[in-house]
Amino acid sequence: MNDMPMVRFENVSKRYGALTVLDNLNLDIGRGEKVSIIGPSGSGKTTVLRMLMTLEAINDGVLWVDGEPMTHMMQNGKLVPATTKHIRRIRAKIGMVFQSFNLFPHMTAMGNCIEAPITVLGLKRSEAEERAAELLDMVGLSAKKDHYPSQLSGGQQQRVAIARALAMRPKIMLFDEVTSALDPELVGEVLQVIRKIGREHDLTMLMVTHQMGFAKEFSDRVCFFYQGKICEQGSPAEIFGNPKNERTRQFLNAVLEAG
Amino acid sequence: MWDWTFTFEILPVLARAAIMTVEATALGFVIAATLGLVLASIRLAFPVAGVVVTVLVELIRSTPLLIQIFFLYFVLPKAGIVLDAFTAGVAAIGIHYAAYCSEVYRAGFENVPRGQWEASIALNLSPWNTFKDIILPQALPPVVPALGNYLIALFKETPLLSAIAVLELMQTAKNIGSETFRYTEPVTLVGVFFLVMSLVSAGIIRMLESWLQRR
Repeated sequence: MNDMPMVRFENVSKRYGALTVLDNLNLDIGRGEKVSIIGPSGSGKTTVLRMLMTLEAINDGVLWVDGEPMTHMMQNGKLVPATTKHIRRIRAKIGMVFQSFNLFPHMTAMGNCIEAPITVLGLKRSEAEERAAELLDMVGLSAKKDHYPSQLSGGQQQRVAIARALAMRPKIMLFDEVTSALDPELVGEVLQVIRKIGREHDLTMLMVTHQMGFAKEFSDRVCFFYQGKICEQGSPAEIFGNPKNERTRQFLNAVLEAG
Repeated sequence: MWDWTFTFEILPVLARAAIMTVEATALGFVIAATLGLVLASIRLAFPVAGVVVTVLVELIRSTPLLIQIFFLYFVLPKAGIVLDAFTAGVAAIGIHYAAYCSEVYRAGFENVPRGQWEASIALNLSPWNTFKDIILPQALPPVVPALGNYLIALFKETPLLSAIAVLELMQTAKNIGSETFRYTEPVTLVGVFFLVMSLVSAGIIRMLESWLQRR
């Protein structure tokens, strides 16, 4: 199984009525690979993450995670649509951080980080708290563990959200424009944490981002999405230094001029 | 016009009836609040079965409570279900207000941002844990004032139970009136009782509200 990529999109399509958001997507993401997805809004890049997190159903194709189909399951040698139970088992390998944080407002930072480990993984409260404390320490928020989200800055909330996702010990982490809702001076602290995770954990990371500088420095590979398709992909050096596609060039020029 | 001796004479009887009224209110509201939550939750969890609930809720909300009380007390026995007046009355009031409460809960559920559901999926929480630990604690506090208003409304409708001779306040006042031909004191006292209790309840609800907001 280990020769399979960590994530494989196989002929995946997503449509909303007559609108095709993703058109026959084929994309492999290797074990431990860090991939950035860039592109104009409406290009389907966020949908890629949302489908992988099972927040959106796919219309066509198969999604593979860690060598197993997620949207489908094998039955008598044939792929049939997956049951909820199957989806939950595979989904446990994936964690996600959202643009709007989505912390649970009625729980403290600590509470946010232990809810799922206790109820889903079945950890004892003390175990879950110990692990959550380590993670909150890693994101630099030990002192804020008893604070509610409303008492934290955007950057702090997002760091708690990262700790919360890591507490479930995922193999794959998805970052959906995680700095877009932040004030500019708070972007750095969140990117700092993501860098650290990239260094210290053996995680496969997939991120949709508008931070071109970060994508360039952090990722192994950059995919440029345009109108529901991968228009161009390659190493950061290739994409940012020598883009071959006209669309990619236009997009990067526009972004770099603005930024 | 106002006879104080008579007033003090009837006070103990009315006080007993007041307890009956408070009991009917409390039991009725417990039914309304729990059944309402169950109805709203069914709608949330099972959209298909939810259609049945929607029809039921509309049916209950669109017919007068008095008719529903009569239905449970006079019509159900024809189907072999015999309820005493208090049970039938409290059940009718409870079910009637459950329909209203279910709409309140529904608004509360709809108020919880989509992102909360999505974060729950991303953390792989089970549907039950998502509901119990994430959605419900966020949906309930904002609807407490609305539920409180229905508690007071329900309380003020308990005199309808006098129509099936439950010995609550109104029925007792009517009885006193028909025995003594004096209506001024009993009916006024009943009115004052409802006024005081409504004001007190409204105060308690406001306190509960601010306590919930502080959390």
